[in-house]
Amino acid sequence: MITETQFVQFDSISLDSGAILAPVEVAYETYGTLNDNKTNAILILHAFTGDAHAAGEDKETGSPGWWDNMIGPGKGFDTHKYFVISSNVLSGCRGTSGPGSINPETGCPYAMSFPPVTVADMVRLQKMLIDHLGIKRLLAVSGGSMGAMQALQWAVAYPEAVAAAIPIAGTARHSPQQIAFNEVGRQAIMADPDWNEGDYYGKRPPARGLAVARMVGHITYMSDQSMREKFGRRLRDQNQFEVESYLRYRGSQFVDRFDANSYLYITKAMDYFDLTNGRTSLSAAFENVKSRFLVISFTSDWLYPSYQSLEVVRALRGRNCDVAYCELPSNYGHDAFLVNIAEQAELVRGFLASTLRGVER
Amino acid sequence: MAQAFVPKLLGRSDYAIISELIEPNTRVLDLGCGEGELLDWLAQNKNVDARGVEISGARTQQAIARGVSVFHSDLEDALADLPDQAFDYVILSQTLQETREPLKVLRDMLRVGRRAIVAFPNFAHWSVRLAHLFTGRAPKTKLFPHDWFDSPNIHFLTVDDFESLASAEKWTVERRMFLQGARTIAVLPNLLAEVAVFLIRK
Repeated sequence: MITETQFVQFDSISLDSGAILAPVEVAYETYGTLNDNKTNAILILHAFTGDAHAAGEDKETGSPGWWDNMIGPGKGFDTHKYFVISSNVLSGCRGTSGPGSINPETGCPYAMSFPPVTVADMVRLQKMLIDHLGIKRLLAVSGGSMGAMQALQWAVAYPEAVAAAIPIAGTARHSPQQIAFNEVGRQAIMADPDWNEGDYYGKRPPARGLAVARMVGHITYMSDQSMREKFGRRLRDQNQFEVESYLRYRGSQFVDRFDANSYLYITKAMDYFDLTNGRTSLSAAFENVKSRFLVISFTSDWLYPSYQSLEVVRALRGRNCDVAYCELPSNYGHDAFLVNIAEQAELVRGFLASTLRGVER
Repeated sequence: MAQAFVPKLLGRSDYAIISELIEPNTRVLDLGCGEGELLDWLAQNKNVDARGVEISGARTQQAIARGVSVFHSDLEDALADLPDQAFDYVILSQTLQETREPLKVLRDMLRVGRRAIVAFPNFAHWSVRLAHLFTGRAPKTKLFPHDWFDSPNIHFLTVDDFESLASAEKWTVERRMFLQGARTIAVLPNLLAEVAVFLIRK
């Protein structure tokens, strides 16, 4: 499956902060074919550092999508049956408008003058994309980690537009531990003199700070056991453990594809996300949802522990919503939703098939 | 003597009886639903809104993979979340004797469901009585095949025990069916029934 990122521009978007971003561009990809009744569309929602390229081989670089093992012909999100859409989030740096985009008023990158963005804003822009594609109701929205937050936000914000939501390894709100790790990443970036208050475009970017932020992130995505199995105490050379070398490599690799300011904006959006905001309880947040849900968590995920998924499940059950929940066994930590594919794909396949039966009934 | 042959459903006579009791187009919760075979059958054949609870992760996976909405949880922790009268039927099949607090489970079932369907192995069946009488050991029979030390059954009950609990709790027994092998029986159920199925409401 050869894929190509497409772009669409909208005149403007109103944000939760009150700011209006104009214009706004979205990078997206689609896989499979939309059926005549437009009932088989699925929106895939990427995690923190993902992008629109979720599946297939990129036409130019040949690189595989970040969820290529889940999306494609015969896979969990079967592109023989479903029309799959994936877009880059607002404030990202992979084609959708973000702090690295040019501000038409100044002709320079927005940098830190880019308006603050929330997960609800990200979803609002995705809704504009779905409207643009002529789809009234999605069969499903799904994603892991921050993608799970977006999936929940979709079900809450657009109950009529989502038949099913599949939040994986996610939460309805960040815990202090999750906020703390994000803050370490942000401080690493801002402590790098090259960050320069965010004004580094066309100059030397804060690569050292961003790499350290990514190293911390990678630790939180693994588990104690997966790290022991992957690295042990092996030495790469006399002065360096295997794990140190790995983290440095992942850190330096990340710098080439990610913008430090996007890191700041997106982590803030995640930290401020709280479905209970302005409501008395999580249950109240789900008052109007009409979707069915498949919630998945992983045993060794300590960054987004199962109790956070269970909190969502229990609130939904309290509303007598149709919700399936399974905690899958895995040693891979938070990375499991990207790696532990076979069982996850089975759950998704069965759940989507029964959702489609219900929609077409 | 009113005896009737019960054709099995999905290999089980109690499933056949339960499926007969459930009206079409209703909302059904199955506690300890295993791989969701019964719920799947009810969804496909009686158009019920089918949900389950299952403690085993592997069985939960199988059930969700077949398209049934199952909550991976201990059933005794799964009822408190649910609002009152959320279901038309709540099923507990062959599991009551394994629960820590059976009365609490039954009361909760009748809170979240308009009706409860409870199937359980009868501890007063003659084979159990004889096993106990003649071996002098904790009875091991076809119905109760486990050794005392590895049995999941912690609260044994009989047909008469359930009847007296129902009347003490002022539950209405709408249907009672007793299985001996693949037949239903009508006389001496406390002695002859291997499995009892009760349809009750508050």
